Amino acid sequence: MDLLTIVLVVDSAIRLATPLLLACLAGLFSERSGIFDIGLEGKMLGAAFAAGAAAGVTGSAWLGLLVAIMVSVLLALIHGFASITQRGNQIVSGVAINFLAAGLTALLGQAWFHQGGRTPQLLGDARFKSLTLPGADALAGVPVLGPVYSELISGHNLLVYVAAAAVPLTWWVVYRTRFGLRLRAVGENPAAVDTAGISVTWLRYRAVIICGVLCGLAGSYLSIAQSAGFIVNMTAGKGFIALAALIFSKWRPWQALGACFLFGLLDAIAIRLQGVIVPGIGEVPVQLMQALPYILTVVLLAGFIGRAIPPRAGGVPYVKER
Amino acid sequence: MRLKWLAAAAALVFAGQAFAAEVKPAVVYDLGGKFDKSFNEAAYAGAERFKSEAGIEYRDFEIQNDSQREQALRNFARRGHNPVVGIGFSQAQALEKVAKEFPDTKFAIVDMVVDLPNVRSIIFKEHEGSYLVGMLAAMASKTGKVGFVGGMDIPLIRKFACGYVQGVKAVDPDAEIYQNMTGTTGAAWNDPVKGGELAKSQFDRGADVVYHAAGGTGLGVLQAAADAGKLGIGVDSNQNGMHPGSVLTSMLKRVDNAVFKAFDDVKNDTWTAGFDVLGLAENGVGWALDDNNKALVTDDMKAALDAASQKIISGEIAVHDYMSDDTCPAS
Repeated sequence: MDLLTIVLVVDSAIRLATPLLLACLAGLFSERSGIFDIGLEGKMLGAAFAAGAAAGVTGSAWLGLLVAIMVSVLLALIHGFASITQRGNQIVSGVAINFLAAGLTALLGQAWFHQGGRTPQLLGDARFKSLTLPGADALAGVPVLGPVYSELISGHNLLVYVAAAAVPLTWWVVYRTRFGLRLRAVGENPAAVDTAGISVTWLRYRAVIICGVLCGLAGSYLSIAQSAGFIVNMTAGKGFIALAALIFSKWRPWQALGACFLFGLLDAIAIRLQGVIVPGIGEVPVQLMQALPYILTVVLLAGFIGRAIPPRAGGVPYVKER
Repeated sequence: MRLKWLAAAAALVFAGQAFAAEVKPAVVYDLGGKFDKSFNEAAYAGAERFKSEAGIEYRDFEIQNDSQREQALRNFARRGHNPVVGIGFSQAQALEKVAKEFPDTKFAIVDMVVDLPNVRSIIFKEHEGSYLVGMLAAMASKTGKVGFVGGMDIPLIRKFACGYVQGVKAVDPDAEIYQNMTGTTGAAWNDPVKGGELAKSQFDRGADVVYHAAGGTGLGVLQAAADAGKLGIGVDSNQNGMHPGSVLTSMLKRVDNAVFKAFDDVKNDTWTAGFDVLGLAENGVGWALDDNNKALVTDDMKAALDAASQKIISGEIAVHDYMSDDTCPAS
């Protein structure tokens, strides 16, 4: 493998890891506040559909993004209402969100656009296009630095950079602000937070709304940045992989970046190594290459990361008085 | 005026009586849905053509998961639909079971063989059409490298790939061909993101024309080709219009004709069970040339393809069929 091949594989990994990362950070906010969120998948799917539909109708990617975030926040608030205000079971509510999104997107897509649940193909300004960073073309000829800068760092769409910026931002918010301190506290011991005179309910609602916004970004990335339109069930389990990455990273932002990038990289390698002849072994079967990410995940989870302890109050509705 | 209406109504009633017991066509699409702009949509086009030409309504069903195949086929058969057409190789098992239960109902299946006295098995010679678009890809390629993205890794898709490779090699024996399959499950027909990534990885390695045989996944392949300024080749339906100027051509598989013929044969009482193998000679496969890709195909290319089609029809060029022995002589 020469440098260019490595650069291109990593480039592809970045594209594949972006939606995982956004969803993973979304889950981080929600779960750190003590609200388990199985519904990441559903929120992403709802957002992807909303983005595809709105961008298709209006022809503007920004409006698509806005509507996607609104839909995703709405779904997040339904989950919040069920699990914070009504003190329902958070797993059941999350699963319900997933089913709701899967059914509604297919149904509405078919009813509105008559393309088998697909939204219209997006052209031009209806998508977030690749941005070329300043100096990328000028540097392209420079050895090592050139391909790394022009291929790897430049040439992604806006949402990829947003996802990258979301990692340090999340770290700063969670570990360096008053809100973050309270967020972590409410996930560990809500009674203590309540004693200090801070509203547990309002704090958790804020966490759930942030989760909705980030899921909205993740969904928009799928339908109006990476692809050109929504297709039925286009998240294809990415919400659950993000959840796995969240556990993998023990609910910490930088580790979440690492976990999501690893999943993306394995996916990218699987795509690239397909049909390649490995010396001494011959052509690697497609099936093995496709199972590789999952095999490695199991191996890494079983042997290398140790015990993952979730926020202590996660999944438990907070009851102020009995 | 009223008389005219009465006459029309009477005609309708009579027509209804004459056909009601005979033709109540139904079609069950494969995963991917009837508007996949590809395989299933071709079947839909055929059914729609029958509706407008014969004036007879048909029923259809889009399955959401594998377990619905049998239910859908049985439901149609039980309600007296005739013929019942199953689209896609994966309907075979379900269709075989249901066809045995309803021996008086006429069934047809596209892309697979079900050996029963009331089933018509419609097979296409995709390798012949793929050979032609392979030739075109090799002629249009400037780098001498072309790509292929398949859907699910099954012999049928390898048949597309094998025909394509043979066509490319016929024009340029030194050409390099990258072949990728999207997956090994039904989900591989509907994953445009993965399709786009596969196409991008082939472009990164120098390919400048990529052919897909991947249903809905292929939309991502064609999109990636258009985004990168390369050429894509569509499949099954005419996909030239999806990204005008970026789709070199489409390998046509006339599922529409097959569905239309199945409906029409029952209507005209000329139905036959057994095999129906459709190749270039039967106009069952071909390549698309229209206003959207006129500028991409030169007269020389067109002449070469026309000559090759003639030779395939006359038997002078024998395109190897992957499914006959599960191997491909070219790679």
